[in-house]
Amino acid sequence: MLVLVAVLVVLAFFYGKSRGSALGTAGGKLHSLPYYHGYFVALMVAIPLLMLAVAWPAVSASFIEARALAILPADLQPADGLARDAVMRDIRLLASGVISDPDRLSAYPQGVRAAAADFAKLNWASGWLQIAVGLLVGVGAAMLASRKLSTRFRARNSVERIFLTVLIICSAVAILTTVGIVFSVIFETLRFFAKVPVTEFLFGTQWSPQTALRADQVGSSGAFGAVPLFIGTTLVMLIAMCVAGPIGLFAAIYMAEYASPRARSVAKPILEVLAGIPTVVFGFFAALSVAPLIRRWGESFGLEVASESALAAGIVMGVMIIPFMSSLSDDVINAVPQSLRDGSYAMGATRSETVKKVVLPAALPGIVSAFMLSVSRAVGETMIVVMAAGLAAHAVSWDLIETFNPLQAVTTVTVQIATLLVGDQEFESAKTLSAFALGFVLFFFTLILNMIALRVVARFKEQYD
Amino acid sequence: MDAAVMDTDKHHEAIMTPAEPLIMKQGTPKIVTKDVTVHYGEKQAIFPLDISIPDRAVSSFIGPSGCGKSTFLRCINRMNDTIPICRVGGKITIDGSDIYDPDLDVVQLRARVGMVFQKPNPFPKSIMENVAYGPRIHGMAQSKTDIEEIVVNSLKRAGLFEEVKDRLDAPGTGLSGGQQQRLCIARAIAVNPDVILMDEPCSALDPIATARIEELIDELRENYCIVIVTHSMQQAARVSQLTAFFHLGTLVEVGDTEAIFTNPQERRTQDYIMGRFG
Repeated sequence: MLVLVAVLVVLAFFYGKSRGSALGTAGGKLHSLPYYHGYFVALMVAIPLLMLAVAWPAVSASFIEARALAILPADLQPADGLARDAVMRDIRLLASGVISDPDRLSAYPQGVRAAAADFAKLNWASGWLQIAVGLLVGVGAAMLASRKLSTRFRARNSVERIFLTVLIICSAVAILTTVGIVFSVIFETLRFFAKVPVTEFLFGTQWSPQTALRADQVGSSGAFGAVPLFIGTTLVMLIAMCVAGPIGLFAAIYMAEYASPRARSVAKPILEVLAGIPTVVFGFFAALSVAPLIRRWGESFGLEVASESALAAGIVMGVMIIPFMSSLSDDVINAVPQSLRDGSYAMGATRSETVKKVVLPAALPGIVSAFMLSVSRAVGETMIVVMAAGLAAHAVSWDLIETFNPLQAVTTVTVQIATLLVGDQEFESAKTLSAFALGFVLFFFTLILNMIALRVVARFKEQYD
Repeated sequence: MDAAVMDTDKHHEAIMTPAEPLIMKQGTPKIVTKDVTVHYGEKQAIFPLDISIPDRAVSSFIGPSGCGKSTFLRCINRMNDTIPICRVGGKITIDGSDIYDPDLDVVQLRARVGMVFQKPNPFPKSIMENVAYGPRIHGMAQSKTDIEEIVVNSLKRAGLFEEVKDRLDAPGTGLSGGQQQRLCIARAIAVNPDVILMDEPCSALDPIATARIEELIDELRENYCIVIVTHSMQQAARVSQLTAFFHLGTLVEVGDTEAIFTNPQERRTQDYIMGRFG
């Protein structure tokens, strides 16, 4: 069918084009170039055919299935949805002709075999019917379209409009998906809050989401206070940004202002390789290399360090974000007009004076937004913290040093979402639904950060245009 | 081949132009260059170039686009150092001292030789801070009042003070194009340079702002050695006392502005001034 579409479309194009040039030679000046006529006819053929190709199998399949079920003898009629699916599976299998062994064939009831034969026949017919209809539609569309062709026909404008529509549909798909995800998260969150009060979720200090299946199980009382998760997330994010912020920024300054083109051409790809390392790799690097290192280092100072610590996860996450931060900052620093640098050099400023007093202030809004985007990445990062930060929710108290102690295991919002949804789960339990609530908080937080960042960038742009 | 021979002939003629410009007789020249060449990578942009530029006067460089006049201008404060592939040869002296001397601090040189660019480039700071930038990095003033005094004086000399005195804290980028360019001139004179280089300072401005800048250049002439690159021959005729005509990387002719515009010695100068090419 797709081959047919392609052939018809190409034919339509050349037909339209030749009609166009024929019109041009026959009489008067064409409004649009001949190949626009070609495009127009081709598009008019392609659109209905593609719609047909998408819609036909869906419609015909349900029709044919209904027929196959209808001719089953009464004693084989499926009782419920599951049985119906099972029978259909048999019918499809038989119809595909994979089973040729007569012994195995006879294992299926006669009625099913009859239905399968009918099913196969119908399928075959449907395929040919589709091609026939396709041909008819294609030729018809071409005829209709070519009737519109004339010297004064604005094929160029029509083609433009069709392209515009296609582009709008594509962006609409992207936007609608986002909206759909947001709404589904919001609704699930609301369901969660029907089971657990909002205040407990936002301000509770106990997190143990294991709700029991039976009342007599251990840990049957689920607690959904997310404060420990928020603290863990914040802690890891702060450590990560302490690493990624300065290193990323200074690397960007070096790249943009000091590095010779050759150094840049070597260093930049290497940084980009760092950006390409999967976070899973960073994760086990954090868990297996960095965490023990920190633990041994801490013990040499007589500090008690958990083998999974916020510090290890934070540092490795920081390393992961460095290329992100530095390439964003590099872009904004490069966007500072060269004329400002020249102006500063011409005043007798040195390089570092120029960077400090002219380039960085000019790039500051962009750097701030790079920082914000990095923060939202740090908050959303999952794999590293799953492996290196631990799972146990950290006890929260007013002892702030103890609460924010980076040497202990913490757990973050993303880690909990991951663990809540790994393995078997029931969709109705508060445990599963709490993942949606956490996801919503996460989404809301990064959304706000991104909005602030975009706002800042927009203001930055105004300055130089 | 013939054309090339003719070119070198003309080059020699130019150097041997007998009449020394009258303007040079008023005192020792401020800037003297000898055999200055500039290469961008493999490409030679300036062929050996000798010129003497007078103090307390305006000298203008004219010539078609790509003739090397801006490149040469940027040699005088070593702005070409910031372009990695650019090499400068020969000798440039200001007040008798070689500015390409390895011992010389290029930062100090640029404090003495200010520059104003084609497009106004105020820093994204307040008007006050724009002008105070140079004095601050060179430690020219200790107290806040000293800085303010320098800023006000520079703005006054650049003829901008009256227009901005109520909003010295407003961003410099918020001024009009002409005001921005005068702000850049104020910024350049705030460090008290000897020489001010101007690279087509009016090409991004409207005629009224241009007239205002030209007036200002004329006023500044009393205290500075000003070198201006311009595309407008009328501007060169209006503001400068000495005019140098560049073509294809060579200095074709240099002389008193009046002489160049009324009685050019060189065929190419004449053609350019008459608008036959360029």
